[in-house]
Amino acid sequence: MKHNAFDVIVVGGGHAGCEAALAASRTGVRVALVTHRRDRIGEMSCNPAIGGLGKGHLVREIDALDGAMGRVADRSGIQFRMLNRRKGPAVQGPRTQADRVLYRHHMQSEFTNTDVAIIEAGVDDLIMDSNRLCGVVLSDKSEVLSKTVVLTAGTFLRGIIHIGDVKQEGGRVGDPAAKLLASRIEDLGLPLGRLKTGTPPRLASSSINWEILEKQAADEDPIRFSFLDSGPLSRQISCGITHTNEKTHDIIRTNLSKSAMYGGHIDGVGPRYCPSIEDKVVRFADKSSHQIFLEPEGLTSDIVYPNGISTSLPQDVQEQYVRSIKGLEAVEITQPGYAIEYDYVDPRALDHRLSVINCPGLYLAGQINGTTGYEEAAAQGLIAGLNAALEVNESTPFVLDRSQAYIGVMIDDLVTRGVAEPYRMFTSRAEYRLALRADNADQRLTQLGISSGCVGEIRRNEFALKADDLSRANSLLRTHFATPDKAISAGIKVNRDGQRRSVFELMARTETLPEHIFALCPDAEKIKPSIMQQISTDALYASYIERQARDIETLKKDAQILLPLDLDYRQIAGLSNELKTKLGATRPSSVAQASRIDGMTPAALNLLIANTRKLHRKLA
Amino acid sequence: MLDTIFAPATALGRAGVGIVRISGPQAHEVGARICGSLPDARISAVRWIRDPRDGSKVDQALVLKFDENASFTGEPVVELHHHGSPAVVSQLIEVLNQQSGVRLAEPGEFTRRSLDNGCLDLSQVEGLADLIDSDTDSQRRQALRVMDGELSRLVASWRADLLRSIALTEATIDFADEDVPVDVLPEVRALLSQVQNEMRHQLNGAKAAGHIRTGFEVAIIGRPNVGKSSLINKLSRRDVALISEIAGTTRDVIEVRLDVSGQLVTFLDTAGLRETSDVIEGLGIDLARKRAQAADLRLFLLEPGQSEPDDSVQRMSHDLVIHGKDDQGLLGGISSRTGAGIDGLLETVGRKLGDLADGSSLLIRERHLTAMRSGVGYIDIAMASMAHDSFAIEIIAEDIRSAIVSLDKLVGHVGVEDVLGEIFSSFCIGK
Repeated sequence: MKHNAFDVIVVGGGHAGCEAALAASRTGVRVALVTHRRDRIGEMSCNPAIGGLGKGHLVREIDALDGAMGRVADRSGIQFRMLNRRKGPAVQGPRTQADRVLYRHHMQSEFTNTDVAIIEAGVDDLIMDSNRLCGVVLSDKSEVLSKTVVLTAGTFLRGIIHIGDVKQEGGRVGDPAAKLLASRIEDLGLPLGRLKTGTPPRLASSSINWEILEKQAADEDPIRFSFLDSGPLSRQISCGITHTNEKTHDIIRTNLSKSAMYGGHIDGVGPRYCPSIEDKVVRFADKSSHQIFLEPEGLTSDIVYPNGISTSLPQDVQEQYVRSIKGLEAVEITQPGYAIEYDYVDPRALDHRLSVINCPGLYLAGQINGTTGYEEAAAQGLIAGLNAALEVNESTPFVLDRSQAYIGVMIDDLVTRGVAEPYRMFTSRAEYRLALRADNADQRLTQLGISSGCVGEIRRNEFALKADDLSRANSLLRTHFATPDKAISAGIKVNRDGQRRSVFELMARTETLPEHIFALCPDAEKIKPSIMQQISTDALYASYIERQARDIETLKKDAQILLPLDLDYRQIAGLSNELKTKLGATRPSSVAQASRIDGMTPAALNLLIANTRKLHRKLA
Repeated sequence: MLDTIFAPATALGRAGVGIVRISGPQAHEVGARICGSLPDARISAVRWIRDPRDGSKVDQALVLKFDENASFTGEPVVELHHHGSPAVVSQLIEVLNQQSGVRLAEPGEFTRRSLDNGCLDLSQVEGLADLIDSDTDSQRRQALRVMDGELSRLVASWRADLLRSIALTEATIDFADEDVPVDVLPEVRALLSQVQNEMRHQLNGAKAAGHIRTGFEVAIIGRPNVGKSSLINKLSRRDVALISEIAGTTRDVIEVRLDVSGQLVTFLDTAGLRETSDVIEGLGIDLARKRAQAADLRLFLLEPGQSEPDDSVQRMSHDLVIHGKDDQGLLGGISSRTGAGIDGLLETVGRKLGDLADGSSLLIRERHLTAMRSGVGYIDIAMASMAHDSFAIEIIAEDIRSAIVSLDKLVGHVGVEDVLGEIFSSFCIGK
């Protein structure tokens, strides 16, 4: 079969693949998405939920760059809850459970008004021309040529599914594993590792005794993901809460040896967190019960996802222990839980664009890089797809650093340090957490996205309006000063220290209310409440962000001292063997990145800088 | 805008002259503050260096001023050529450290600035490699090696407490919707309070200075009867000042402090290293091994017939391997009985330690003290924030993080993975 040539081919239609294809398409290049099954585009393989702490931040950032995840989650979300609602804005994380079917439907709709060609096929091989990638070979042996390829194979590379001691190849239950592709990746010399993850059994809602269970309702005023209006909200539902008990634990303990994870049937490293119920029972033996969230998979679905009991015990044991749980005494398991082990590529083989250093034209994004979670995958997909398109257009790459976005934190962690377990985003990973908030993702990223060409017209216009409002409001509030006396008479308690403070500074105090501000500065009443809120939040953290300004300056300065990718670290006298190995694996592109390698010392860094200067002089 | 930094530029030891360099935007201002006034650029002048806090004299020195773009680092620089005794350097560093606008340089910082401003030429760049070889290794062992057992223990407990407090804080932030205890603040408060009190105690009582050794450590390692003790005895009876003889905290390490070519050196006789299979003594032997590993230099003594050291202590590139009991002088070794080779050995040791100048404990002690002061400051802020009714947990987390970062030199690096590890091992998390 003859195919057209493309600029970007995206392999895989999961969360990473969709964002990659859509982002590339927004820049105007010719994109093809190759997937085993087009009806599985946008499938949520595990937990039917989007967002959370850290993850919610990623979704906002994806949306700020005009990615799809935020909008799609908004349209298919059935239980919106803002986490950490009572804590500060910097650590609040939007989250929703989603209707699986609706999510898929809306994600697939994202493709309708684009020129993305969807090709339903497996990819068995990559086409190489000397060292350069130039296309893919499909399972029917036909070739599709392209200037760049973004591989987002998820857990499909040599994926093996385990239920107890029953194992079968598969990328996900119901889908085949990608074995030939895995071999090809290995042949390219890319370092592979093996990871594992698990999923719980799915339950039939109609067989659950909901009456006796506690409920958790959605927020009364749901806060959605997208910075743009996503349209009407779906019907909101509650999820159920139950707990395991000693009987459950006994059953599990007795049968531990039959667990694929515990029985030694699986290679691969699992996460320290998100442990299976087997892990929980063993590692925290003195806990008499563990919480389980019963999450309906959709408004019209009979399937419930019991969050908290991932397992790889045999089917019959699953039935036993699940039925020992309150509310689930008569439950029917529609799909047993399972563990999956899969290949991943050591992400240190990539640069910050997610391009494979040794194989120009090839990009990797998503779980294939050792991450876990839809949001982590989607964010990588966006970056990889965008950069593939920018490469085709010979434009400046789009790279975010640690001070700009959680996306930047994640990618830098991956390509600099690699992964020791499936990588999941937490707010504690971001040293500039107070600046990287979910509420200001658009402030940080939309303009950058506009400059790179991945932001569509609607968002561009909306953003211009908002930016304008913010700019005028900021001007007003930062340049309007008040003496202590004035502040006190407006209702704000300050020290009578003769210091004049701007209204912005006064907004940093949590006790300052809008009426106080209006009393001091009547013009402020004209400011939109959402804009006012934004500026309040900025004010709250301003001094802390100031504190970090110097570090960020150093970060940016060091990021400009570039290191050659082919620098032979073994030849640099004075470096410890440990550092030589790590530098060789990461191949940092800058001094900033080198400084983040575990065990790097200032002296060694100086040596790198000196050697680079030496090289420049030799060439000059 | 970069900070202004200072550091000794010369090896510490009893020499005639030492140089302390100040570099950065405030260099001239700080220099003028302690010297009264500065001469014109590149003209040396004699000045009395005084402590601005009380006007007391520190030393009479030759002072040089260099302008921006016409100095070693490319920044404004002041050089103080002072009398070279350790006491003077020590006081000078202390005075400068207490001044606003200037701070003790980090390892490698001067070199970094020179590099950044293109002020090092090729041959100097090549020379960096040798300097760095020992530098890289020694930096890693700095913290452990410079503190005695008691302070090391305290520091280990501070690290554990700080790690726990940040882990608790981060757990409530990052795992809000899972099964973690909501009210961690009492425990966090208790942990921070303890660390704060103990650090203040150290700072106030100048105990840190007592616990942090100045001078170098040389470990003597070898099989039981190879003559370690004899060597030490011989060394102490040589024409070197015996400063003190301190029994180690365990009977497995005997320390003897001597003055070798102007350097304060503590020789460690790891007598008990291989002599027992007793469990309790085994713990002591482990400590002895760690001390030996953490020392600046190891002397491996070989007995007649032995060709290679076979101890469980790792040999570093700059360590010495010597034949002991070489009474005939055939192997170029030493003999405690005849005294042959001892002078040469001392000279070699003195030279090697001189090369380790930048890792000197004087600077390390100052860095530790600065780190403690700064860390206590941030802990104070965190505790103060927690005292308010409405505080923000993420801001407290930020303050604790700042405290941990500033204590990095003291307690070692505490990274995200350490925090996550602490969280996951303590709480059953993961849906």
